[in-house]
Amino acid sequence: MTSRPTPRPVSRRGLLTGGALTAGALAGAAAVAAVRTGEPSAGPGGAIPVAAVGSAVEPFHGQRQAGVATAPQAHAAFVAFNLRPGTDRAGVGRMLRLLSDDAARLTQGRPALADTEPELGLLPARLTVTFGFGPGLYAAAGLDDRRPPSVADLPAFRIDRLQPRWSGGDLLLQICADDPVTVAHAQRVLIKDSRPFVTVRWVQQGFRRAAGAEPGRTQRNLFGQLDGTANPTPGGPLETAVWVPEGPPWLRDSTTLVVRRISMNLETWDLLGRTERELAVGRRLDTGAPLTGAAEHDQPDFAATDPDGLTVIPDFSHLTRAHVTDDRQKILRRPYSYDGTPTAEGHADSGLIFTSYQADITRQFLPIQQRLAEQDLLNEWTSPIGSAVFAIPPGCPEGGWIGQQLLG
Amino acid sequence: MPRTTVSGASRRPAILLAAAAAALLAVGVAGCGSSDQPSTESSPTASASAATEVLGVRDPWVKAADHGMSAAFATLVNDGDTDVTVTAVATDVSPMELHGMSMKDGKMVMQPKEGGMVVKAKSTYVLEPGGDHLMMLDLKQPVQAGDELTFTLTFADGRTQTFTAVAKPFTGAQEDYEPGHGDSHGHDQPTPHESTSSAA
Repeated sequence: MTSRPTPRPVSRRGLLTGGALTAGALAGAAAVAAVRTGEPSAGPGGAIPVAAVGSAVEPFHGQRQAGVATAPQAHAAFVAFNLRPGTDRAGVGRMLRLLSDDAARLTQGRPALADTEPELGLLPARLTVTFGFGPGLYAAAGLDDRRPPSVADLPAFRIDRLQPRWSGGDLLLQICADDPVTVAHAQRVLIKDSRPFVTVRWVQQGFRRAAGAEPGRTQRNLFGQLDGTANPTPGGPLETAVWVPEGPPWLRDSTTLVVRRISMNLETWDLLGRTERELAVGRRLDTGAPLTGAAEHDQPDFAATDPDGLTVIPDFSHLTRAHVTDDRQKILRRPYSYDGTPTAEGHADSGLIFTSYQADITRQFLPIQQRLAEQDLLNEWTSPIGSAVFAIPPGCPEGGWIGQQLLG
Repeated sequence: MPRTTVSGASRRPAILLAAAAAALLAVGVAGCGSSDQPSTESSPTASASAATEVLGVRDPWVKAADHGMSAAFATLVNDGDTDVTVTAVATDVSPMELHGMSMKDGKMVMQPKEGGMVVKAKSTYVLEPGGDHLMMLDLKQPVQAGDELTFTLTFADGRTQTFTAVAKPFTGAQEDYEPGHGDSHGHDQPTPHESTSSAA
């Protein structure tokens, strides 16, 4: 034996102080955990009440990944990574085992293995961690023949103002929860375990209304518009639009994701009157109803004309250009707003983390995007500044890991 | 420091508090899991041979390192009615020792556990950074993040038990690895950057 550890002195005062702090924190955590399971707390100071929003759990294991059809949580972090040079198929597999284990634990309200802040892992708040594979991951693993064909760089669009700092990525972790501390902790844990294999390429953090503030309500973006009205409805339509129904194990029950960072110019939007704003989108701002209807989900009548002979819903409105009726061509939007730091002059840095899930990007997303890029009044006030595409591989059973069908 | 649920393990008030807290946490965490079996985790990393299981080995993991020293950690669970003493631990990739932190002349020092690790009946025994651990003295090969290593525990009655532990990137637990100043073996302090090379 060549190396024997020499006893290393530790300050007694420092140790005892640290020990006492640890004990207090752990006792608190135990009290929280006890409350969650309805057990009487044995912790000092009695039970710490935990609201339903904090203890709510979304499943991690299953045929399909959570975080897609899951009702959107209030907070999200989209973290994209570059594989380090030399991270090969085996390395990607080791990384995904570690990250899947972290996600499996944290989403169920259990600290991650070797969690340095285990108390932050006890409130899942509907945490989901969704894994996405960029084109570069398939290439690095030598598995480009298994890449879904539509998971490739999008064509350039006339309206694009893309910045590298918000674009691309070999791996995506979409972290969503109804509590921002839960998102922050999960992000920290997952990044720490990923560091031997990847570097962080970009992070986009977004939000929606607080959990429970408007149950069942369509998201409102920072233009004040309802956003997502035309989503395929849960059940058959969503099933058809989002999930790959067949194919080899690494494709069946997978989907694809387009993440676009859309800068929304609140300064020029402010110059519009309410009527102009409604004409731009083709819907009422208050109800979200098409200009030809009375309620949000009324079918738009694109043929209806006003006394002047103009269509009530302008031909260049967002609604007209984006409208799709066939479920096979619909996309599932699950957007989050972002709100950065205003300039010194008070000009906003606001926008939308646009996310679109669909079985096939080429069949579903691209036609809509091309129509919008050609003609959409909203383009006057919005600019895509980031873009990335990912395959969302199938889920995994208990004891498995995300990507095992592809890499295992 | 040993964090057993048996309060007689130490006379230090802070340590007693920690021991009590560990017991509470063990109960709480087990209670909030989806499984009714607190000693088995749903992860691919925790396993112990059921047929020969002497102790439950909950949440085992090992610190990834390119070379030099490392350590393995877990929570040992004794559901039985008699105390169990772990007398040795072994793995293919390194010579190993059972290490503990103990009070000596008013200071905490790390040293081999004389007499092994005693897991009291109906108790848990926490192996963690800064506390008792399974010391890997000299790695023969890199332990890469995500690797799964097999360890064999030997008990006082001669029985053995194997378990597997996944390697995690972990920058803490430096005290477990740091020989005194002037050591000539050049043990590294693993960083995320250094770990990179092992992953590549």
